[in-house]
Amino acid sequence: MQLVRRSASDNAEAAHRAAETTSAAQADIVLDVRHVSVEYASASNAVRAVDDVSFALARGQILGLAGESGSGKTTLANAIARLLRPPARVVQGEVLYSPRPEKAAGAREAAPAPVDVLALTPDELRDFRWRRLSMVFQSAMNSLNPVLDISAQIDDVLQAHAPSMGRKSRQERAVELLQLVGIAPDRLHSFPHELSGGMRQRAAIAIALALDPELIIMDEPTTALDVVVQREILAEITDLRDRLGFSVIFITHDLSLLLEIADRVAIMYAGRIVESATSAELHAQPRHPYTYGLLHSFPKVRGQRITLTGIPGSPPDLRALPSGCAFHPRCAFAFDVCRSASPELLPSACGTRSVACHLYDDPDSASSPVIDLSNPKPRDVPSEASAGTAPTGDPQ
Amino acid sequence: MSIMRHATEQPWLPSQPNTNITPLEAPVLVAEHLRKDFPVHGGLPFTRRRAVHAVEDVSLSLRPGRVTALVGESGSGKTTVARLLAGLYAPTSGTIRFRGDPLGGRGGISPRAYRRQVQLVFQDPFASLNPIHTVGYHLSRPLRVYGHTRNHDEETARIESLLERVSLTPADQVMRKYPHELSGGQRQRVAIARALAAQPSVLLADEPVSMLDVSIRLEVLNLLLRLKEEDRIAVLYITHDIASARYFADETLVMYAGQVVEGGPSEEVTQRPRHPYTQLLLEAAPDPDRVAGRRAPPAARGELPSLIHPPSGCRFRSRCPHAMAVCGERFPAPTHFAQDHWANCFLYQDGQHLDAPQPAPIQQTEVTFDGNA
Repeated sequence: MQLVRRSASDNAEAAHRAAETTSAAQADIVLDVRHVSVEYASASNAVRAVDDVSFALARGQILGLAGESGSGKTTLANAIARLLRPPARVVQGEVLYSPRPEKAAGAREAAPAPVDVLALTPDELRDFRWRRLSMVFQSAMNSLNPVLDISAQIDDVLQAHAPSMGRKSRQERAVELLQLVGIAPDRLHSFPHELSGGMRQRAAIAIALALDPELIIMDEPTTALDVVVQREILAEITDLRDRLGFSVIFITHDLSLLLEIADRVAIMYAGRIVESATSAELHAQPRHPYTYGLLHSFPKVRGQRITLTGIPGSPPDLRALPSGCAFHPRCAFAFDVCRSASPELLPSACGTRSVACHLYDDPDSASSPVIDLSNPKPRDVPSEASAGTAPTGDPQ
Repeated sequence: MSIMRHATEQPWLPSQPNTNITPLEAPVLVAEHLRKDFPVHGGLPFTRRRAVHAVEDVSLSLRPGRVTALVGESGSGKTTVARLLAGLYAPTSGTIRFRGDPLGGRGGISPRAYRRQVQLVFQDPFASLNPIHTVGYHLSRPLRVYGHTRNHDEETARIESLLERVSLTPADQVMRKYPHELSGGQRQRVAIARALAAQPSVLLADEPVSMLDVSIRLEVLNLLLRLKEEDRIAVLYITHDIASARYFADETLVMYAGQVVEGGPSEEVTQRPRHPYTQLLLEAAPDPDRVAGRRAPPAARGELPSLIHPPSGCRFRSRCPHAMAVCGERFPAPTHFAQDHWANCFLYQDGQHLDAPQPAPIQQTEVTFDGNA
C-alpha cells in the first residue's frame, strides 16, 4: 500500500501482519492510483473534489471507500473509470493498471507493463472498459434500460466489447451469467420492472461480470435495498470474488457494512483519504478522529450499548475549505498546526496502515503512538464538542 | 457551516427503559385494528376489484414523552401506518382516537384540530420543503393557520425561537434562507421546526434520518429525543434500521407485509427477538463487530410477498424457515413474554417455548421456499 517504515519496537503481531499484507500487495497490484486530483471548473474558482489521492489495490482484494456525501468517493471512482465529464477534470495524477499476466500473454510479452488509464486513447479505453474494469451503480433501476429485457442488455455489452462472440455463444454466456449471480435462467427475458430490487441489482452485477473483468467498481450497490436483500447481495459479491478473483472498489457511506465486506478500508474526507487500514485494524483501533467519529455514529444491534458520540458540525463546503486540515473545525483534538498545515497521509510504524493526522506527527513517538480518541484532551482548545466518556465496546 | 451550532447536545445516551421509574402516562394517540386496502386500477371488467392489502389489523398506542419505533422493510406498510395516523389516508376499517376522541365522524375530533396535534416529518427534506419559499415562510404557515400568533412581530419572535430550539442559529439569518442554501441535516431541522410550530402532542417521523449522512443522523435523532423530553411529545419513529430503534426508541414494533408481528421494549425486542422475521432482520443488519467475516446469508431468503394476493394467515410464512401448516390457516394471536414483550407467532402458542431464551438460530435451517409467491 504505502511505503513501509519498520520499527524494531513494533510488536510481533503487527509486524507479522504487515509482512503478510505488504508482500501480498506488492506481488500483485492490479490498480495503482497515484496522486490523483479532480477539479470541477466553476466560474469563480475551481472546486477540488478529489485532492491528491493515492492507493493501491491488490488482485482479489475488496477495497472499501467510505465517506460522507461530498467527500469525493464517487468522483474518484468516476475518475478511475474515465467517466468524468466537464466541468470535472483530472488535474494531476496517474492510474496505473497492471493487466492480468496470463490474459495478456497472447497479445503482449509475458510481463505486461502497467498502463496509465488516464492516458488511454478512446479505442484503448473502449477495450479497457468492461473487459478490464466494469461498474455497478447505486440504483439498478436507473442503470438498467427499462425498455429492454435482461438478455438484450447482457447481449449489448457482449456485442459492444466482445465483437468476436457469435449470437449463440452470447446467449449461452447470458444464461451462465444469470446463474452465476443466482437468478433463474427463465428470467432471461424479463424486463427490469418485472424484477424485484434485489434481482435488478443482481442483474446489474451479472452485466458487470459479463466479460470477466479484473476490477469492478461498485458505487453504493446496496444502498437502495432492504437489509435482508442487502445481506444476500453482499454475500453474493464476496462469493463471486472468491470464485472469480476480481478486485472490487466498494464505495459506500455505511462504514458498518464496509467493515464486514472489505479487506481494506480507506476513509475519505473533503476529497482526501484521511485513513487507510485493514478492516480489522480500523475497527479495533481507529486512528483518525474522523474515523473514530464515524465508528461512533451508528448504533449497533448486538452487544453492549455504547455511547454514540457522533461528529459535531456538518461536512465542509468544498468551495471554502477550512485552512489546514479540513476536519479541524469538527475535531475535538485540533491544535495549532491543524489550522495551518494540511496533514499528509503517512504510513504508521506497523506499515499496514496510514493516517493523515497531526496527532501522529511527533517524530519521537514514531513507533505507533496510541491516542485515546474516546477521551479528547485537546492541546489548546476547550473540549465542548465531543464528550465521549463512557466505556466503548471496542476491544482496545 | 457557521449557522449550525456545534453539537452541545447530550451525546446519544442509550435510552434505558424508564418504565420502572414513572408509571406510564395514558396514551395520547391510540389506533385500533387499522386496516388499509388500496384499490388497484385496471384489470378485467366484471371481475372482482383487486386491492393492495397494505395494512392489516395494526393497533398501537403512543404515549407522551415516549418514542415508539415501527421497523420494517420497504413495502411493509410502515409509511402507510404513518399516513393513516396523520389523517392523510382514511382507514378502510379501524379507529384512531386522540385523547379518547375518535378522528372524524360525529362527536369526534375535527380533522383540523387533529392535524394541529399530530404532525408528520417526512423522509426527504429535499422534497418536503418548497424551494421557492424561505425558511421563515415555511415556519410562518403553521403559526398562522393554527392561530398561534397575532401579529408580525410575534410571528418573527416565534420563528426565531423555533429555529433556536432546533439549533439553527443565528436564527435571524437562517429564516431568510431558501432550502437550497441549507444542508440535508439543516433542512430536516427546518422540517422538524415546522412540525413543532403547530405545537403538536404527537410527532410522526417517517424515516427522518435515512436520507442524511451518518455523522448528521445522530444530531437529528438527538434533537428529536430532546424535544420529546422537553415537550413530552409522543414520537412515532418509523425506520428500516432496527439498530437505531434499539438506541432511540423506548418501544419497538416490527412490521412485516402489513402485519405487526412483534413488539415490546426496544432492548427486549432487539436482544431477545422471538418472531423469525425479527430474527431475520437482526441477522441481516450490518454488524461491524463481524469484521470481514464470512457468513452464510440468513436462511429466509426472498422478498416481500405480493400484497394483492398475500399469503393467508401469517404473511411471513412464505419465507419462514419454521413455517407450519397452521401458519396458513390464521394469523396467530399474540403470545406474551416477560416485560411486555409479545410476538404473533405459532412457535410460541403452545407455551412450551415461553421460557426458552431464544429459538433455534435461523441460519441453520434448510430453505425450501423461494418467497416470491
